[in-house]
Amino acid sequence: MSNTNEKAPENLTSIAEVEDAKLAATTEQSKSQSRIVLERFLRHKPAMVSAVVLVLVTLLAFTSIGFGPVPGWWKQSYLDAGSVVNGGKPTFSLLPTWLGGSGIAWGDHPFGQDSVGKDYFALVMNGTQKSIIIGVVVGLVGTFLGAVIGAVAGYFRGWVDEVLMRITDLFIVIPLLVLAAVLGQIAGRGSTSIIALAVVLGLVTWTGLARLVRGEILSLREREYVSAAQAMGSRTSRVIFKHLLPNTIGVIVVNATFAIAGAILLESSLSFLGFGVQQPESSLGLLISQYQNAFLTRPWLFWWPGMTIVVIALAVNFLGDGLRDAFDPRQTGKRRRRRAGLFAMPTRKEKP
Amino acid sequence: MSHAAPVSENSAGEYALSFKDLQVTFETSGPEVHAVKGLSLSVRPGEVVALVGESGSGKSVTSTAAMGLLPSNASVTGEAKVGNVNVVGLDQGKMRKMRATDIAMVFQEPMTALNPVLTIERQLTEALELHGIAYGRAATERAVELLTLVGIPDPAKRIKQYPHQFSGGQRQRIVIAMAISCDPKVIIADEPTTALDVTVQAEILDLLRELKDRLNTGILLITHNMGVVADMADQVAVMFQGNLVETGSVDQVLLHPQHEYTQRLLAAVPKLSSAHVDEIARHAEENAAKGRELVLEAKDLVLEYDMRGTKFRAVEGVSFDVAKGEVIGIVGESGSGKSTIAKAVIGLLPVAGGSLEINGQNLPKLSPREARAVRRKIGVIFQDPAASLNPRFPIGECITEPMVVHKEGTKASRIKRAEELLDAVKLPRNVINRYPHELSGGQRQRVCIARALTLSPELLIADEPTSALDVSVQAVVLEMLQELQRDFNFACLFVSHDLAVVDMLADHVVVMQSGKAVEQGLVKTVLHNPQHDYTRRLLAAAPVPDPHEQAVRREAWRALNSGK
Repeated sequence: MSNTNEKAPENLTSIAEVEDAKLAATTEQSKSQSRIVLERFLRHKPAMVSAVVLVLVTLLAFTSIGFGPVPGWWKQSYLDAGSVVNGGKPTFSLLPTWLGGSGIAWGDHPFGQDSVGKDYFALVMNGTQKSIIIGVVVGLVGTFLGAVIGAVAGYFRGWVDEVLMRITDLFIVIPLLVLAAVLGQIAGRGSTSIIALAVVLGLVTWTGLARLVRGEILSLREREYVSAAQAMGSRTSRVIFKHLLPNTIGVIVVNATFAIAGAILLESSLSFLGFGVQQPESSLGLLISQYQNAFLTRPWLFWWPGMTIVVIALAVNFLGDGLRDAFDPRQTGKRRRRRAGLFAMPTRKEKP
Repeated sequence: MSHAAPVSENSAGEYALSFKDLQVTFETSGPEVHAVKGLSLSVRPGEVVALVGESGSGKSVTSTAAMGLLPSNASVTGEAKVGNVNVVGLDQGKMRKMRATDIAMVFQEPMTALNPVLTIERQLTEALELHGIAYGRAATERAVELLTLVGIPDPAKRIKQYPHQFSGGQRQRIVIAMAISCDPKVIIADEPTTALDVTVQAEILDLLRELKDRLNTGILLITHNMGVVADMADQVAVMFQGNLVETGSVDQVLLHPQHEYTQRLLAAVPKLSSAHVDEIARHAEENAAKGRELVLEAKDLVLEYDMRGTKFRAVEGVSFDVAKGEVIGIVGESGSGKSTIAKAVIGLLPVAGGSLEINGQNLPKLSPREARAVRRKIGVIFQDPAASLNPRFPIGECITEPMVVHKEGTKASRIKRAEELLDAVKLPRNVINRYPHELSGGQRQRVCIARALTLSPELLIADEPTSALDVSVQAVVLEMLQELQRDFNFACLFVSHDLAVVDMLADHVVVMQSGKAVEQGLVKTVLHNPQHDYTRRLLAAAPVPDPHEQAVRREAWRALNSGK
C-alpha cells in the first residue's frame, strides 16, 4: 500500500489523489514478479557462487571426455586399461616447487589410476555426467508429475483428491530405496542408457512436491482472482495452468532443486549398492562402491568421486536456498543491519 | 474539555499516555519510509482520544510505538510516555512489565487475537499470573469476574471453553476483558469494531464506554470510522500521511473541521440522508416509465452449502428482480447469505431450489456450454482488491482476460479496449504494463471494475466492492460506479453491509437476515421508513459522524434493544 515517502506531493488532501499522483509520477520501469525474484536471486551470494561452481563442473564433465559421439579434449578414455604409473597416484598438484611440491601441474593422470590402470579423471568425469543427467531428468520428471498431480488434486478436491492422495501415500510408505532398487534394476538391465533409470527415479520421487503443490493450490483456489476467472467462464485447464500453477512456481522451483540434489544422492546410494548404473559405465556411487576396499591404500579412489558428489549436492542445495529466499523474502533469517543511533537496541547487558 | 495541547514537562504526570514529537522511520530495501512525522498527543485518564486517519497515515504505527512492539527495522525518536515512563528506547524487560499493567491493547481481529488451542481461562489468567496479581483459583475467580464485567453470560461455565465456541462479538468482549485484566492506565483500541457487524459494533462501543467510566482508564481509539469517533471520543486527532493535521474536541473537529483534509474526509463519509430521495425516486420512476426489461430474476431461490455430507441452507426462498439500468442492493450482516446470492448468480454455487433467470434463461437448467455463454454477459467485482487480480498478470492482461477467454478480438483490438476502459476508470494508460502490486487498493479496485466491464455486460455483480477501501477512496470508487452505470446502463446487483452506501447507489433493496429476506422494496421506502424490526435495528446501529445526532441515535438504539 501507499505510504509516505519523499515523492508524495505535499499539497494534496485526499488519499485517492495522493495515490493517483504517485502513480502518474512513477517513471521507473515496472517490474514483473519474476523479474523481482530474479533480481533478489542474483543478489544472493552463496547461490550465485554455487551456480558458477555448478556450471563449471558441468562444463568440465561434458567437454573433457565428450558426450555421446562428440569427442572431448581429454586424451584418455575411461574404458581403456593401461599400465599403472607410480602406483596410480594422482599427478595433479597445486603446490609450487619452492614450497617443496612439484609445481602447478596437470600431469597424465590428474586424479590417478585405478588398479587396472584406467584413467581415474575420465572415470570420475563420466560418473559426474551420469549424476548430472540423472539429477536433471529426475528433477524434470518428478517436478512435472508432482506439480500436475498436486494441482489436479488440490483444484478438484473431493474424490479426485482422495484417490490421488491415497496413491501418493502409497508411494510414500513404500521405502524409496527398495522401490528404486527394484525398478532401477529392471530399467538398468540391458540398456546402456541411464535415462531409463532416471525416469524410474522420477516416477517415485514426485510425492513430496505433489503434497506441497496441493496444499498451495488449496489455499490459492479460494483467492478472488480464481473466482473471477471462473466467473468469466474460463475453462478448468486455463484456471489451473494460467492462474494457479504459475503462482505456485516458487514452491515448484525450490522443490525441484532439492529434488535434483536428492536424486543425485539417491543414484549414488543405488549404484553403491549395485542396483543403479552397471559396468562398464560408471557413476560416482559405483566408483565409491568399487574401490571401497582401496580406501586405505589408495584413498584418492574414494575422495575424488566422494568430493564431487558433495560439491554437486551442496551447490544445488545452496541454489535452492537462494531461490527460496528470492521467492519468499520473509523466510530469510537475515535482518538488515540496524542503524546505530537513538534507537540502538538496548541489549541484555544494559539490564540493571 | 480543553485542547489536546502539546505536553509540557510539569503537566505530564496527569496524562495516562502522551506523545511528544514522536517520529518513526522504517528502513526498507527501498527508500526510508517516514511513517510518523512529529506527533504530539495526550490521553487523560477516563478520556477517549480518537486517532483518525486512512491507510498509510501512521495511526497504527503510533500505537505500536507506545506498546514498544515496532519491528526491528523501525527507528523511533521523541517521547512516548505511559504514565510517567518514556517507553521510547526502553529496555525490553521493563517494557514487558509495563504491558497489561500500564498499557494494554485491544486488537482489530477477534478471530485471530485469541489463541485457538487454549481455553479462555488459560488466556485470561495468563496475564494475571505473569504480573503476579493473582494465582491459581484466585486468578480464575478474577477471570470470571472480568467476564461478568464484559457481559459474557454464564461466565463460570463458559470460561472452560475455547475461542471457537464464542461468537465474533463475544470474542471481542473477551479480548477487552484481557486488556482490562491488570487495570491498565491506558487501553489502545486499534480498530476494535472494524471486523464486526454494525449491531455488534454498537454493543462493543457501549461496553467500552461503560468500562472506561467505571475504571477511569484512558482510551486511545484508533479508527477510520467517523461514526465510531462521534459515538465514543472526547478528543479527536486526525492524521494524514504521517502528520497530525488537526486536533480538538469531538464537536470542534467533526462539526467545524478546519483542515481541508478533515473536511474532505467527512464529506466522503456516505450518509443515509433524505437529500437524495427525490433524485433516486426520479431515477426509479424514469426506469419504471420505460417499462422494465428484466435482466436478472430470482424466484424462491434456495442455496445450500455442502458441508461434508450435511447440507447447510444459506439462502431460503428469496425472490427479487433487477431490470436494465437498475441497481438492487442486498444488505445484511455476516452470515445473512448476501454474498452467497452473488456467488450463485456468478455460477460458483449450484442452485438448490427455485429459479434464477438471466435474460429469461434459467441458470440451473443450462448446460455448461450455455452457462458459459450466459456468463459472458455478467461482470463481477469482488471485495478484496489485493486478491482479485492475478499477481502474475500485467494490468492490461487482467483487463482483457474476459476477451481472451471468450476468444474475442485481435491483439490490437484488445489493447485498444483495455485503453478505453482505463480511461473510463480514470487510470493513466501506461498502467497497462504495470503489475497489480504496483497499484494501491483503490486503483486495483478500479482495474477490477474495468475488467468487469470489458465485455460490456448486461449485469454487474458487485460483492462488497468498497468495504476494504478507505473512506475517501470508497467515495471515488462509488462515484465512478454510479457514473459508469449511468453511461453503460447495465443492471447491477450490489451486495453490501453498509446501508448508507446502498442508499446512495441502489434503487431497490433486499434486507437479509439468516438466509431470509426480511424486507424488500424501493430504497426510499425501506431505508427511510423501515417496517421490519431487524431493518430498524440495522439502521439504528450504524453510527453517524455527528456527535449530537449520534447521542440521540444511541438512546434510540438502547430503547430499541431494551424493548426487545
